[in-house]
Amino acid sequence: MQAPIRVLIAKVGLDGHDRGVKVVARILRDAGMDVIYTGLHRSSEDVVNAAIQEDVDVIGVSMLSGAHMTHFPRILNLLKEKDATDIIVIGGGVIPDADAVALKSMGIADLFLQDTPPDTIVNSVRALVEARGQR
Amino acid sequence: MIPSLELIPGVLAGRQRDVARLITRAEAGDHECRPAMTELYRHTGKAHIIGITGVPGSGKSTLVKSLTIAARHAGRRIGIVAIDPSSPFSGGAIMGDRIRMNELSGDPNVFIRSMATRGSLGGLCRAALDAVDVLDAAGYELVIIETVGVGQDEVEVVRASHSTLVVSAPGLGDDIQAIKAGILEIADIHVVSKCDKPDAQRTIADLKTMLMLDMPRDPNWMPPVVGTSGETGKGIDELLKTIQTHHDYLHSSGRIQDRLRMIAESRILKTAEELVRQRFVRHRADSFTDQVTQRQLSPYQAAQRLLGE
Repeated sequence: MQAPIRVLIAKVGLDGHDRGVKVVARILRDAGMDVIYTGLHRSSEDVVNAAIQEDVDVIGVSMLSGAHMTHFPRILNLLKEKDATDIIVIGGGVIPDADAVALKSMGIADLFLQDTPPDTIVNSVRALVEARGQR
Repeated sequence: MIPSLELIPGVLAGRQRDVARLITRAEAGDHECRPAMTELYRHTGKAHIIGITGVPGSGKSTLVKSLTIAARHAGRRIGIVAIDPSSPFSGGAIMGDRIRMNELSGDPNVFIRSMATRGSLGGLCRAALDAVDVLDAAGYELVIIETVGVGQDEVEVVRASHSTLVVSAPGLGDDIQAIKAGILEIADIHVVSKCDKPDAQRTIADLKTMLMLDMPRDPNWMPPVVGTSGETGKGIDELLKTIQTHHDYLHSSGRIQDRLRMIAESRILKTAEELVRQRFVRHRADSFTDQVTQRQLSPYQAAQRLLGE
C-alpha cells in the first residue's frame, strides 16, 4: 500500500485569514493526503521544526499579509540549515506576479494565487512529490 | 533511499530527522522496515507510556500541552503521539493537535508526531505503537499517546499504556453516563478538564460516586480524580505527581508485569491482524462481494474462503 503524501499546512506571522488555508487542507484531505494544520500566527522556525518532526513531504504556507518576501526565504534557509531540503515548499495567497517569479527562483516549488482550481493544487503536490522520489 | 536499518544509530542518538523518518517508514508498514523495527525493539522498554483518551473536545490536546510544559520544568524529555481520524472515504486526514501545542515548538526535548487512524478502530492504530517504540528508543522518558476523540467504547489505549488517563469535561452528561460500562472503567487516573468552569465540581463528584460503587481493576489502586484547567494551570502539577505515583505503584507492587504482558499480547494480535489484512488486499475480498450481496454466500463463508479454510 502506498503511504499517503504528508503535507504541513501553515499560516505564518501576523495573518489571521485562515478560510483559504482550511479550504486547501480539505482539498488535500479529500485527495487522500495526511494534512497537518498548525494553526494561526506561527513563526518560520515553528513551521520548520514541526515539518521535520512530522517528516512531511511538503510544507504549504498561506500568506495573505504581504510578508511573503520575508517568511518564504527564511523557511528555505532554515530547511537548508537543518539539512532538510528534501522537504518541498509551496505557497499560496495574495502575491504580486514579480514576487512570485522571485520566490520561485529562490526555491519555492509552486505558488497558487487567487482562483486556482482545487485540482491544480492536488496535481501539483502529487507531481512534485513524485519528481522528488523516495527519500 | 537510506535503508531503515541505517537510521537506527541516529534514532538512538535522538537525531530528530532520523526519528521522524523511521516513524514514517514504520507507519507505511513496508517489509523493508521490519528488520530495523526488530533491531529497535531491543532498545525499548525504558519510557513511561501514558495514554490519554476522552471524548472529542474534552481538552486532551490542551492537557497534553500543559502536562508537557510541567514535565519539562522537571527536566524530563517527552515524546507525543497525537492521533486524529482518517476520512473513511478518501483515506486522507486533517490533523490539528499541534494547534494547541504550539508553545512546545522549538524545544528539542519535546517530539510531537501526528498520526491518522487509517481506518483502525478503537482510538489507536498499529503504527502509533511503532511510533511509541521509536520515541522510547530515542530516549524520550515520557511518551504520551493522545487518542482520537472517542465515544463510549474505544478502550484500545489501555492495552498500549502503562498509565491510562481518561479526560472528562464538565457539562457532557449526568451521573448515569458515569456508571455505564466502557471507557470510564479503563482509567488509572481520571482527569476532569476545564475545571475553571462552574459545573466541574459536579462532574468530579459524579465520578467519585461512580468510583465508590465500582470494583476497581486493581483493589490496591483506587483511580484518583484530578481536576485541571488549561486556562489557569490549576491541577497540572498535581496530575504530574499523580502520574508519577501511579508509575511508582506499578513498579513497587509488581503490577507493571501484568501491564507489560497485556501490551505485548495486544501488539502481537494487532500486528498479526494487519499482516492478514495486507495479504487479503481489497481486490481479493472484492471477488466475493457480489455473491455476498446476492445472498449466495454468507459473510462468514466468504471470509473462510478468503482465508483458504
